[in-house]
Amino acid sequence: MSKQDFKILGTRPIRPDGLDKVTGKAMFGADKSVTGMLHARILRSPHAHAEIVSIDTSKAKALPGVKAVITGADFDELKNRWTGYTSQNCMAQDRALYDGHAVAAVAAISKSIAAAALKLIEVEYNLLPHVTDVDEAMKPGAPVLHVGVKARKLGDEVSGNTVGYYSFGHGDLETGFAEADEVIERSFKTAATHQGYIEPHACLADLGSDGRGELWCSTQGHYNVRLICAEILDIEESQLRVTASEIGGGFGGKTTVFIEPVALMLSRKSGKPVKAVMTRDEVFRASGPTMSSSMDIKIGMSKDGRITAAQAKLRYQGGAFPYQMVMMGAMSAFAAYDLDHVQSEGWDVMTNRPKMISYRAPGAPMAVYAVEAVVDELCQKLELDPIDTRLKNAAREGTKSSYGPTFKAIGLVDALEAAKAHPHYSAPLAENTGRGVSCGFWFNFGGQVSVSMAINADGTVNLIEGNPDIGGSRASISMMAAEALGIPLDRIRTIVGDTASVGFSDVTDGSRVTFAVGIATINAANAAIKEMCKRAAMIWEIDEDAVEWVDGAAQPTGHNAGEFPPMSLAEIAAVSGKTGGPIAGHHEGAPDKAGVSFGVHLVDVEVDPETGFTAVKRYTAFQDVGKAIHPAYVEGQIQGGAVQGIGWALNEEYIYGEDGRLQNPGFLDYRIPVASDLPMIDPVIIEVPNPGHPFGVRGCGETAIVPPLAAVSNGVSRAIGTRMFELPMSPPKILKAIG
Amino acid sequence: MARVVIFGSLRAFTGGVGEVEIEAKNTRVLLQKLSEQFEGLRETIAAGVSLAIDGEVFKEAWFTPIDEDSEVVVMPLMVGG
Repeated sequence: MSKQDFKILGTRPIRPDGLDKVTGKAMFGADKSVTGMLHARILRSPHAHAEIVSIDTSKAKALPGVKAVITGADFDELKNRWTGYTSQNCMAQDRALYDGHAVAAVAAISKSIAAAALKLIEVEYNLLPHVTDVDEAMKPGAPVLHVGVKARKLGDEVSGNTVGYYSFGHGDLETGFAEADEVIERSFKTAATHQGYIEPHACLADLGSDGRGELWCSTQGHYNVRLICAEILDIEESQLRVTASEIGGGFGGKTTVFIEPVALMLSRKSGKPVKAVMTRDEVFRASGPTMSSSMDIKIGMSKDGRITAAQAKLRYQGGAFPYQMVMMGAMSAFAAYDLDHVQSEGWDVMTNRPKMISYRAPGAPMAVYAVEAVVDELCQKLELDPIDTRLKNAAREGTKSSYGPTFKAIGLVDALEAAKAHPHYSAPLAENTGRGVSCGFWFNFGGQVSVSMAINADGTVNLIEGNPDIGGSRASISMMAAEALGIPLDRIRTIVGDTASVGFSDVTDGSRVTFAVGIATINAANAAIKEMCKRAAMIWEIDEDAVEWVDGAAQPTGHNAGEFPPMSLAEIAAVSGKTGGPIAGHHEGAPDKAGVSFGVHLVDVEVDPETGFTAVKRYTAFQDVGKAIHPAYVEGQIQGGAVQGIGWALNEEYIYGEDGRLQNPGFLDYRIPVASDLPMIDPVIIEVPNPGHPFGVRGCGETAIVPPLAAVSNGVSRAIGTRMFELPMSPPKILKAIG
Repeated sequence: MARVVIFGSLRAFTGGVGEVEIEAKNTRVLLQKLSEQFEGLRETIAAGVSLAIDGEVFKEAWFTPIDEDSEVVVMPLMVGG
């Protein structure tokens, strides 16, 4: 697909949500209040695994100001097992499955009364054996969290906690390893990390006795919230209107529900609106972090840097309920390379931890970390240049990927060549400093989408999309609409509609919105253009087919159609009331062909040999984004992903005690990088157009978190002269490695 | 007929068969025929799969046309963040 010339795409207009956010006017999840609302608080298990023998709520109910108390008994177990597990995660049934698992909830007229009422609820627990480590949880004889969900075809060598098994690959490993001059086999571990969104989960629920409900919440997908909550609460989807608030970060962590069904149930029971806001402690203990991992990687390489065979075994723990995510790691692990002999296997494992949920390119960062660390070690051992070696093995158009499909046009080689040519790569290194390189990959998706576009009589345009704006979609969608319609950007306003305003849209995930909503927007614009051409044809009294749309105006297609001056969108819209009524366009669909994305990151890290502290000194991130609609937002996505990956590599981890309780549920002890910790992340946009999108768009939001783990680890390993095999590389671990 | 590639761990439900040829005008028909040919795949297909058709990934799109010489890779249903 050749590059196109655009008028609006690729420019950097002022972001449409900027003024509201910097003035405090923007309404986030916790900002909505209504007269007479109650406040919810949730009682959570202090135990990692316990039978709930009894819950006595009588004293709490008797406390003045308390209007409703609920427990697991208020939620029927549902036939649909996935929604059933979601329900059980929101409120425990007969067992508390992790430290922080909700066991009861209260709605009261004030937060303090609700908090006091929680202390009056008496829960009798019978403690059960627990397991929080993935390797321990897989062993036969480990405490099994749910019976009957073990992955099919697995034998007795693994416990019933093993809920998923996947393998991918092609060729013959034995042949490939026999061709290698050097084979390295290593084991790695990564800690569970949290998305670290600043805004906690928050909602305001109002569910009347007539079955009609309103729900305001911070979410990445309000249609999904409606679907799950309607099923749990046994109400019709049409009767529950869900409105997505502005969102203070999600990164995958807000693609499901945690408190929304609880608030709705409390509202139903009390007959009042109920507001629920998680504390930070609750966010850590009871929302969804990502998986921790234990991995074995074996790679063979020839002296000249050709990878002859590659094998990965990935074991992920994803918390207290069945889940499916290791497959994404197993498919991503070797995606950057063109390999003849490759195999990746993955096991999903349950433990007594909060149920995992997506975190930006879920499953990929840890797998790619382990692979890229071994590739780097091979480069060191064989004295090969890290980028040249990756170029020698790089996947490109026509490569049969390690997970099956043959790649179309992709930009990995472009990103590697850009990295090699960048001044960063040849800059001298200071003492105690190492330079790390890593590739990264993410799939990107399409999915269901609805867009409605109205052409107003004054020549302006309103556009409603159904996906919460978590990364600048209102800007990028407006820009694509302006490009398609041929009108100035300031003529268009895009809003995120509630679930009653526009058709169904999938969750904002998978880096899908700019791609999928963009296609729907272009199609909606084309529908409106068709109607505007028809109106012009009626006015000119010529055939509809004799009118075309050029630069924001209808015009006759040739002399045979007649001599008429072009009619602009504004001119056609101004008389729409007399030519047939309002003009609009809409599109509902499920576009695919999202196009995969690759990135390459370079980092210089300085390690203090006295303290083991790692300072990131320079960071450059290269990424193929297809077409950057609004480059500033794209750069922000790349920078944000890199920073989260740096935190994952150096600091962040869920720490569990022997009692199975989370030891660090707060930002003081769970340390995410802040601006003062880091240099400017220098993003370099590569544009290899995606043939599956009219403007060449690829998703760009997730790929950037994939390379940093290995890039930083490789930099640290080179700086200290010994390889690191575990994340995070906190100062004590580095000091221990230095010896 | 389209060449259908079944990802590694799913081959436990096909008796080890990794590739089959299936005549199907679209993905819906292809998945139906695949379920009929390999009963063990029925549960996975019913739960949802992604398909890569000639290198382009489709997520549960029933009526995506399949050419006679297409390569179709059956993959797990993808999720993102």
